[in-house]
This record gives sequence, structure tokens and C-alpha cells, in this order.
Amino acid sequence: MITGVEVALGIVKPEFMLTPVIGTSILNIVFIVLTLIKAAYIVQIFMHVKFEKKGLKYALYLPTLILIPYLTFILLTEGSYLFQ
Amino acid sequence: MASSAEMTQEENNWGGGSRPLGSRYGKLMMWFFLLSDALTFSGFLTAYGLMRFKFESTWPIAENVFTHFPGLEGDQPLLYVALMTFILIMSSVTMVLAVNAGEKMNRKAVTNWMLWTIVGGFIFVGSQAWEWYHFIIGDSGAVETVRQEILHIYNEEGERLSFSQVIHGMEEGHASNHGEMFTKAEVLSAMKSNEGMYLMEPGKAGEAFTHERSVALLEAGDVVQGANMIHNEYGQKQFANFFFFITGFHGFHVFSGVVINFIIFYNVLLGTYERRGHYRMVEKVGLYWHFVDLVWVFVFTFFYLV
Repeated sequence: MITGVEVALGIVKPEFMLTPVIGTSILNIVFIVLTLIKAAYIVQIFMHVKFEKKGLKYALYLPTLILIPYLTFILLTEGSYLFQ
Repeated sequence: MASSAEMTQEENNWGGGSRPLGSRYGKLMMWFFLLSDALTFSGFLTAYGLMRFKFESTWPIAENVFTHFPGLEGDQPLLYVALMTFILIMSSVTMVLAVNAGEKMNRKAVTNWMLWTIVGGFIFVGSQAWEWYHFIIGDSGAVETVRQEILHIYNEEGERLSFSQVIHGMEEGHASNHGEMFTKAEVLSAMKSNEGMYLMEPGKAGEAFTHERSVALLEAGDVVQGANMIHNEYGQKQFANFFFFITGFHGFHVFSGVVINFIIFYNVLLGTYERRGHYRMVEKVGLYWHFVDLVWVFVFTFFYLV
């Protein structure tokens, strides 16, 4: 388990080093993907969800994984009409 | 026989004593609290993203805002905040170790790892305060036009100038204003005497103005230094508002996390959980502490990296 944590940290470090060098939008996507990987690590291993019962997993995953992308989608599409 | 056992099970579901989802109620409630908190933070961050798309041309670039490192002079983009993130993640790791030790009823190890977690949390909160201080004091200063747009001063080589450099010259040590306050008249006269200086928008695709237009804009406008809820020298003032609100809200979570951790740590020292026969309280505050870390990972990405 702790080795898994160390792998996650290994991903975190070089990410910081890259930051000031390049600033493309591809890099942003890489950042977001790495962030999601990091978040998954924290939730699954640190917060122990991986080892919980199925019902609890669904209770936690479904609201977050439906509502947050939904909110993001709504704001990104409808937000373009602001101040028009 | 089997059916009567089922019956008692059924009765127990209503009579209490059973454990839904294989967890105890304290842990479940902690999870549902964290779930709602996660939705709150997602609301903040998406609102931040919306405003950022709206004001792309004047939105500050984080690399140019958070450039300080304690004890080091000059430009250290994002280095300190990366270190802060690392410290917070490490304190999360020590929390995992504390929870593990708790499961093994190893009081000494729990005490040890909890202590490290609290130390990490303290360093993080302190660093946050330090960063706020520098954000509020400001760095280079900027021109605010009558339409409340923020513009930065550049020289003919295309280098960003601080007020200190505009007025005292380009010598070493003037790259930041170091808290020195300048008046509009001083900056204006220095700008008038140097044909090469012009103003530019702070964003990624910011527009540049000619020297004459720049002088006219400053004459009509004013100078701003530092950042607060009304003015923000780094660019779009919404950035400062969101920065204070989101990192402040997160910082409050970290602070309360440190306080709660300390209470639990104190109880560990007293031997409360040893007497109770389990360390489940450590697990619950552990969940909260990991959540704080989880939120920071997202705040870090969307405020500092992207």
C-alpha cells in the first residue's frame, strides 16, 4: 500500500519540475489527468474506499461522478451566454 | 431455525445495532459530510473556471503571481506552492500510517504519526498565511484604467517592469517593490521621460498599447499596488476574490483539521482509545484529513498549474 503512495508521489514531483518550462494546452490536459489520477489514489488508498463494501462505494461515487461533471458541463455551455 | 434467525435480523434492522454498508455510523456520517463538502468545493472551482474563461485576456498567469520562496531573492515560480503541496501530501501519508498503527492498537506509533501529521498541517497553514501576505503586499505594481482594467508596465525589450524599476532604474534588487509605495505622479513622470515604456494586459493573450496611449491611460487612471477585494495589481480582480475565497475556505478546513487532529492526538496521549478498545476516531479524522488533501490537489491544479 505504501509503495502505491510512493508511486503517486513520484508522479507528483516531476510535474512540478515541468511547470515553468512549457505552457501549452496539452500540458494543461496532462495536469488535469494527473490530478485525477492523484485524486483517485487518495480516495482509493488513503481514504480506503477500495476496500469498502459495494453499497458504500456506489453511495460515494455516483453523486460525485454524476453531479460534478454535470455542473461543469452546464457552466461551460451556458456560461458562454454571459454578458451577451 | 434459519427463518427465525432471519426474523431476528429483520427486527434488528429496525431496532438498531446492525451496521449498514459494513461501516459504523460515525464513519458513514463523516463520508456523507465529505461528499457534500466535495460538491461545495466543486461549485466554487467551476465558478472560478467560468469567470476565468470570461476574462481570459486579463486573467493573471499564476506563474507570474506566486514567485516567492522564503529566503530566496528573485523569480521562483510555483516552487514554494509545490513544496506546500508536497508537505500536505506527506502529512496525509503519516495520517495513513497513524490509522494503520491504530488498527494494530500500537499506541506509541499512533502518537508518533499523529504528531507528524499535525506538524505538517501547521507548516501548510503557515505557508498559506505567508503566501497571502505576499499576495496582499504585492510585487511589481500596475496601472488601473478608468474602466478598472489592470495593465502592466513593460520596457522596449519586452521585460515586465516593477514600479521600483520604473523609478529607481534597472539595478539589481528592484525587480520587486519590496513594499515601497509609489504615487501616480512619480510613475507618470518616469513613464513620460522614457519613450520605450508601454502598457500591456496581464493575460495569456493580452493586448499591448503604444507609448502615447499608455501615458494617456495612466493619466486618466491610477496606480495600484498589491491585491485586495477592490484592487488587484496582478490582473482581473475576480482572481483575487476567488483566490481569497477558495484558498481561504480550504485553509479554514486545514486549520480546523489541525485542531481536530490535535484533540484526537491529546486523547491518544491520555489513552482514551486504549481504554475504549479501538482507534476508530483516528480513522474518522484521518478521512477528514485526506479529504483536505484531496481538495488541495484540485485547487492546486486549477489555481496554480492550468
